[in-house]
Amino acid sequence: MKAHLTRRYRFSSSHRLHSAEMSDEENVRTYGKCNNPHGHGHNYTLEVTVSGPVDPATGMVCNLVDLDGFVEREVLSRFHLENLNTLQEFAQLVPTTENLSIEIFEILQRGFHQAHLETVRLEETMMNSFEYAGTAEPRK
Amino acid sequence: MVYLTRKAEFSASHYYHNPAFTPEENRRIFGKCNNSNGHGHNYTLEVTVKGEVDPRSGFVVDLKQLKEIMHREVLDAMDHRFLNKEVPEFFTQIPTTENLAIACWQRLESKLQQARLHRVRVYETPDLFVDFYGEK
Repeated sequence: MKAHLTRRYRFSSSHRLHSAEMSDEENVRTYGKCNNPHGHGHNYTLEVTVSGPVDPATGMVCNLVDLDGFVEREVLSRFHLENLNTLQEFAQLVPTTENLSIEIFEILQRGFHQAHLETVRLEETMMNSFEYAGTAEPRK
Repeated sequence: MVYLTRKAEFSASHYYHNPAFTPEENRRIFGKCNNSNGHGHNYTLEVTVKGEVDPRSGFVVDLKQLKEIMHREVLDAMDHRFLNKEVPEFFTQIPTTENLAIACWQRLESKLQQARLHRVRVYETPDLFVDFYGEK
């Protein structure tokens, strides 16, 4: 039997949306308040969905301790209470929540192999969220 | 096709233990969840059904009937119960959220008449849930 398991995590980071490819005026026009040179922050909620057959011996898709440990080590400790623009991942990339979702998906895809990664969903605020499933369509 | 979701809540206790494992393995794999006295959760069950809208009633499914089926098949059996000791599926299977979602699906699927079951979602906590779509 195949099941999908979703775990929610929280982290807080600051960022500034600014593209080196645009003029200052274009940056202001495109990003508005998010272009403030001093940056601003969000409380992000991260949802990670993995899937796989339920192991009859454990009743689990994967051990939650492994997933929590991986996300803590590779995602939360890297991004929590950091300024995203100062991180290597965003040296050449605007730290929009779109790009952050893709980055987190790729971190999980590269390093977490105990279950199949389905989707990363990132809530930037309670009003907007972003979902990335790599080459697949997120399942509804 | 329209999808309709109905929620319900139930509270139950459980523990994780596989008799084929040694006591040390059980503790290592299941951690605190291996405490045989059990611990509890407030579960939220979300049942999503799908179907065409009946032109006469405007319904995909009669919500009252869906609610009654969920209560009869799942909540009456599981609410305020010790899952390992009182729910037959869990005499032999470990009552993880994965197996709970599968058990809810199996209890509900054959009882639905108007609409087809699309997804069963079981929240163990607001930060942990499992979806089951009936996939083998």
